[in-house]
Amino acid sequence: MNTWIERQRGLLDTTVANLRRRKARNLGLFMAYVLLVFLLASVVLFGDGMRREARLLLEVAPELVVQRLTAGRHDLMPAQWLERIAGLRGVAAVEGRLWGYHHDAAVGANLTLQVPKEAAPAAGRVHLGATLARLRGLAPGDVLSLRDHAGQPHAFVVEALLDSRSELVSADLVLLCEADFRAFFGIGAGLYTDAALRVVNPLETRTVAEKVLARLPATRVISREEMRRTYDAVFNWRQGLPLMVLSVLLAAFALLAWDKASGLSAEERREIGILKALGWDSGDVLAMKLWEGALLSVLAFLLGYTLAWLHVYYAGAPLFEPVLKGWSVLYPRFALAPEVDISRIVSLALLTVLPYVAATLVPVWRAATLDPDEVMRE
Amino acid sequence: MALFSARRGSGLAAWLLAGSLACLLLVLVDASRMAEERTRERAHGRALVARVGLTDLALFNEARYTRHLSQADRHAAFQDHPGALEHFPAGSLAGPARPSP
Amino acid sequence: MIELAGVGKTFNPGRDNEFHAVREVSLSIEAGRVTALRGPSGSGKTTLLGLIGGLTRPSVGRVRLHGRDISALPERFLTALRRDTFGFVFQQFQLIRDLSVLDNVMLPAVPTGRAHADIHARALRLLDEVGLGQRAAARVQWLSGGEAQRAAIARALINDPSVILADEPTAHLDSALSRQILEILAELRRRGRTLVIASHDPLVFEMDLVERVVDLRDGRVLTVHGLSTVPMDKSACRP
Repeated sequence: MNTWIERQRGLLDTTVANLRRRKARNLGLFMAYVLLVFLLASVVLFGDGMRREARLLLEVAPELVVQRLTAGRHDLMPAQWLERIAGLRGVAAVEGRLWGYHHDAAVGANLTLQVPKEAAPAAGRVHLGATLARLRGLAPGDVLSLRDHAGQPHAFVVEALLDSRSELVSADLVLLCEADFRAFFGIGAGLYTDAALRVVNPLETRTVAEKVLARLPATRVISREEMRRTYDAVFNWRQGLPLMVLSVLLAAFALLAWDKASGLSAEERREIGILKALGWDSGDVLAMKLWEGALLSVLAFLLGYTLAWLHVYYAGAPLFEPVLKGWSVLYPRFALAPEVDISRIVSLALLTVLPYVAATLVPVWRAATLDPDEVMRE
Repeated sequence: MALFSARRGSGLAAWLLAGSLACLLLVLVDASRMAEERTRERAHGRALVARVGLTDLALFNEARYTRHLSQADRHAAFQDHPGALEHFPAGSLAGPARPSP
Repeated sequence: MIELAGVGKTFNPGRDNEFHAVREVSLSIEAGRVTALRGPSGSGKTTLLGLIGGLTRPSVGRVRLHGRDISALPERFLTALRRDTFGFVFQQFQLIRDLSVLDNVMLPAVPTGRAHADIHARALRLLDEVGLGQRAAARVQWLSGGEAQRAAIARALINDPSVILADEPTAHLDSALSRQILEILAELRRRGRTLVIASHDPLVFEMDLVERVVDLRDGRVLTVHGLSTVPMDKSACRP
């Protein structure tokens, strides 16, 4: 046992001495490796954090939303429909939601105007999302002037700002009272944007949804589960945003590994031949290279992961901001739910460490099984 | 000789590994600390979601079908023009809400 | 001690570039003596040295060490033999660039699993003995030819082998340096090591070092005779 440990330590000594030999080359390789892991881990951490955050925030969203469809398009829902839905068994409550978009030419942003279920502002007053308030430089007491559907300016007094810790769901929100909303958009009293349902038994949400569809075929029913899955899909690391970044990264990784796997330099082959001639077993040569690959990749992985953590949770993931932002003017400031999952770390490690180590071992194995004489003669 | 003298290559390697494992440990500790803080902060967002009846994140507000991804028409992206496959960057990231399986 | 019986080595058998480096060599190497393989370049000296030391396996024939056939040993055992029984001094030094002299000398001992401190101490002592104590930390490419050859000899001795195989040990050195190297080899003989030297350098044969000469040409043994002692009975070499 002691001999085994001493031998492995000796092999590790030689590995480190070997890595020190070509400092610039190995350092470059290491940095590239760290960068790859950093980007990969950033994508995964960001995606996971985002999914978790969305899931936790939308846990309290309406259980079902019913939209009216006219010729395949979302249309305003008459109040009578709400009553028909309310009459279904299993429906605890129905509320007509009022929300709509307004393009604010002053800042070039789309605003979401919405009437809250409860605690609506008084007439002529609004509550503003913190991102919007920051962009327009508005504080409570200031006036937000918007042109209504008829081109008439409406001046709303900013009553309060929504808590800035809720920016992820409220960046562009303008909350106002029902009367103001209807007047602003010119929507008659009997119409709603859509309907939000609460069900008696959450386990029967699907049954209720089917009943709604049966009674009102010209509708689309969206469950809370679907809302959650929408964001799961966007931030799932196997699709959507992360996949785009990921595919590029994996391609880069494949290149790195391919470069390694495609063969050893004549110098490296000669050195393996020398070692074998000096009494190194093929297994010793492989063990040394295994140490080399493991050391490089484990260090690079841990360093890259830590940097990714700092990037996503302390720097606010600046690398992804442009992608998420797209053309939108309003971009919320938000913090993510920390999502550190050991199994995720392990799968990330397997994704990066294993192929690299395997790629380094294959050509070495080929050279290490040759006669030392043959290798040295080349 | 000390067990992990950095003068031997293996000692140096052990120190480096220990250091980077410590980094990972710090990340894990930091994550659990941050989780509590985030739960407190998130209460504000959740309160707003419940109060207003919100259904979506205000993350992509460049187009109406990206602002409320879960509420968007399935064919919203084609509405403006039959040939307009995609117009806004966020639209290429997000698919439409999928029906329950 | 080492016996070769009908040994031949063919490279690239069956192909256009088939090449018979060694043919039907039967030879015995005696323990504690210095044997020289002599012949022009291309005569098969290096290949024969490799066959003796288990660097390569014969295509035909057998190589026996202490009566045991080593030509058919599994790779693992052959490796162990190379490590523990033989010490190689290669023609091109074959030191590993960018590693220190000390690291190079210690390399063959790494797979033995001996305590690092022991290996380290022994390597330093060997470097002292060959006069390289001051250069232990230097990278090998900074060494002169004579220094490199001495480092290679120190490396060959790290596992305390009983047989030293040296391929053209004086090839790249001037006379003074060559004498220095041969002096070290003579010292090894005095300590009871078996030496096999492949060389065509006349200097090697002028010194009172080599006891038996095996003349080679085109991969075959021409003659075997003793030097500085009474000529050997040739029949003794043919088992």
